[in-house]
Amino acid sequence: MATRTITEVGVAQRKRFSETYIGEWITTVDHKKLGIMYIFTGIFFFLVGGVEALLVRTQLAEPNGKVLDPATYNAVFTMHGTTMIFLFVMPTMTGFGNYVVPLMIGARDMAFPRLNAFGYWVVLFGGLFLSSSFLFGAPPDAGWFSYAPLTEVTCGNGVMCTPGLNMDFWALGILMLGVSSIAGSLNFVVTIFKMRAPGMTINRMPLFVWMTMITSFLLLFALPSLTAAAVLLLMDRHAGTHFFQAGFGGDPLLWQHLFWSFGHPEVYILILPAFGIISEVLPVFSRKPIFGYTFVAWSGVAIGFLSFTVWAHHMFAVGLPVIAQAFFATSTTLIAIPTAVKIFNWLATIWDGKLNMKVPMYFALGFVGMFLIGGLNGVALAVVPFDYQVTDTYFVVSHIHYVLFGGSVFAIFAGLFYWFPKMTGKMLDETLGKIQFWLFLIGANLAFFPMHILGLLGMPRRYYTYPNEPTWSWNELNLMATIGAFLIAIGVMVFLWNFIKTLRVGQKCGTDPWDAFTLEWDTASPPKPYNFLELPVVRSRRPFYDKKNPDIADWKVATH
Amino acid sequence: MRMPIFRGAKRRWGITLSVLVLASLLLAACGEGAPSILNPAGPVAAKEAGLFWFILVVATIVFVVVEFILIWSIFRFRERPNSPTPRQIHGNDKIEVAWTIAPSIFLFAVLIGTIYTMFSLNQPTGNTLNVQVVGHQWWWEFDYENAHVTTADELVVPTNTIIHLDLKSDNVIHSFWVPQLTGKTDVIPGHDNTKWFEADTPNQKYLGECAELCGLEHANMRFYVITKTPDDFQTWLTGQQQAAQNSSDPNAQAGKALFMGQGGCVGCHGIVGVNLKSFSDPLAQKLIGPNLTHFGSRRTIAGAVLTWDPSSCVVQGTGSSAQIVNEQNCGLWQWLHDPQAVKPGNDMHIPQLTDNQIALLVAYLESLT
Repeated sequence: MATRTITEVGVAQRKRFSETYIGEWITTVDHKKLGIMYIFTGIFFFLVGGVEALLVRTQLAEPNGKVLDPATYNAVFTMHGTTMIFLFVMPTMTGFGNYVVPLMIGARDMAFPRLNAFGYWVVLFGGLFLSSSFLFGAPPDAGWFSYAPLTEVTCGNGVMCTPGLNMDFWALGILMLGVSSIAGSLNFVVTIFKMRAPGMTINRMPLFVWMTMITSFLLLFALPSLTAAAVLLLMDRHAGTHFFQAGFGGDPLLWQHLFWSFGHPEVYILILPAFGIISEVLPVFSRKPIFGYTFVAWSGVAIGFLSFTVWAHHMFAVGLPVIAQAFFATSTTLIAIPTAVKIFNWLATIWDGKLNMKVPMYFALGFVGMFLIGGLNGVALAVVPFDYQVTDTYFVVSHIHYVLFGGSVFAIFAGLFYWFPKMTGKMLDETLGKIQFWLFLIGANLAFFPMHILGLLGMPRRYYTYPNEPTWSWNELNLMATIGAFLIAIGVMVFLWNFIKTLRVGQKCGTDPWDAFTLEWDTASPPKPYNFLELPVVRSRRPFYDKKNPDIADWKVATH
Repeated sequence: MRMPIFRGAKRRWGITLSVLVLASLLLAACGEGAPSILNPAGPVAAKEAGLFWFILVVATIVFVVVEFILIWSIFRFRERPNSPTPRQIHGNDKIEVAWTIAPSIFLFAVLIGTIYTMFSLNQPTGNTLNVQVVGHQWWWEFDYENAHVTTADELVVPTNTIIHLDLKSDNVIHSFWVPQLTGKTDVIPGHDNTKWFEADTPNQKYLGECAELCGLEHANMRFYVITKTPDDFQTWLTGQQQAAQNSSDPNAQAGKALFMGQGGCVGCHGIVGVNLKSFSDPLAQKLIGPNLTHFGSRRTIAGAVLTWDPSSCVVQGTGSSAQIVNEQNCGLWQWLHDPQAVKPGNDMHIPQLTDNQIALLVAYLESLT
């Protein structure tokens, strides 16, 4: 509601829309507000995707489940993947990037604030559009990677495959979200290259900024493949073309090559910002600098480049020539090396440190433990003949959830608990945070570890049900996984309680509750709209540490 | 040097977690009846399983070492009231080189083993049987190329023979997988994929599954590989090459009339000697349902959703009073009674059949040995 104010002259004036509380948020181009909006949107879709996961696990808790019919099941697991990847992890990571990167580099805002706002609203609209498909009775139902020709209107022999709008929702939604990601990536690249405070060379910027930069380049180079694929699919479906249909000169495998040329860099897009968050949290809570900054930074670059060379490891079972498979086995093995280097550097960071065991540190340490498992079963998947057996089974579902939940999600919560005080001036409850952590850790292992075994025991993925065979152990393992999923759900509810309670009556904190190292902590909590009153002084990788400890500042003491 | 302290709550949690995880490992040993890749029954699966055990050893060592360092560090370097400010170490180039090279060596050893095994899985020369496999929505068709025999749901093979498969699909992508015999290969419209395997032991039944999302009933596209000695296989094959026999059972004759007439079955299903002149009859290509010529000798229905067990499907009475005893226990009755309820979305849309009609059809199908 517009309220009236009296000016000095005594004439009543209406408040502008952008000066009202709601109007401020809707019209904002401020990176901090947009960051918060991205994060709220991400968390909302985390809940949506989580409900979808619980539906899947409830259906699979018992053999011959009757909770979901196959059509609904196929839609629910498709939307679980699509929502979690495109509407939760990516927006939340973008949210952190938006909020934190300009502060970390000592900038006033992002390079293109209005483009930034555009990017956010497209995500919100795209997410609502994609989710609205349920209301139209046509949710995407061909898996998050939508293999042709199942996604075509007809596929061979006049068989109707997807005549309804399901795949149109998917393709159009993906195209919209891609536009947002490109806008955001351009913004990050220009901001990071051109708006760092004086003294902050590329080699002195925080690792979270490095990882955001690499992620942005990956998005810029990978999205064209996905965009092309989605457009070609829409053309096949509505313009009479046959790009992905055999029998007319097209080829279903073209879809897979195009999709995975995006899809593989995409998974690194999901994890590199997580690596960045962990590389910020571990040093602060070990009270020493990151070990091997240059190696952590450049291993991220190596992963970025290599991520474009491994895509066909998703296609080992499609009948590629053996020599081609050997190439991709090699590139996939190679990409494990920089990843291992990062893990060793993180361990060396906490080694001989003084560990401040607060909730962000719990999640960061949990990340290392869980991501290791995901990395190991990932290397296993690179062993091609073994992959012939376990690809498209629950073994892969286990891998992806260890790296995505144990990896990205744990890192997101580390980031949330770490930066929440900066964003709101209040501390999230430590006890509730620890309870949530243990529910997540135990729930995730209970949910995803048995899936290794389910894969080895022959259970393919994307099965809406399985037969009642007591000697197979499928019944028990599926039930364990379902229980784990519900433990995670309880953890999420603990988080929501913590989040809402703290926003209302949380314990107030100062500007630097964690005694941190980087510039975002050298501001008010929450920061003023202009971020910094004076241009920060940067003489090392830990400018705020240097400011607080002038006698033992890094630039004075460190020879390496 | 301070020793790590595992007190109370943390010890309990540590133990609980380890027990839960180990329990699931132990459960793996319990999946004896499962179509397990670790229970190989042929040389291809055996090589692939061997790689798993190797991976498991390496991964477990790395896991234990790294997790131990992580967990030990958490306790050892935990902040205590008197702990000093840590040394602000930024890195060590020598260590970086070392822990880049060491895993690289490990990984390349694994890679060499991988590539070697890949090439050693090329199809060998020798006694070969060629079978064309066609993935349909949602069942598997098997065509014995030289013998001109077509069956569905059950791939009967001889031991001591290289089974060469030509993999086809004319609709969507499926994936042919028999965990105990071989890893999977996709069937892709427009592509001529091939694979091979060999079975060591006769008189066994191995579960096969579809392993690529292919629509509504992807989960119900199972099949069996049934092994026979080469002699038994020849006998079986010769029997399969014959046209369907006419039965002397009046119920079977009435069932055949239904099959050809009111039941409408011939619109989708082929039987050599009834609506097909031979397995190579061009009409066969146009029929969307599985070939039923020797259905009586099979034991699976509709992608192994149900078992076809004649002893549970005893027909009592004749003619219009024929009924199946305890029909609920008869898989074939369940299927013919309401195929959409058994496998929602499948292509079998039939008018409601009476129990009597079903009994007669069962009698006929049983006669198709």
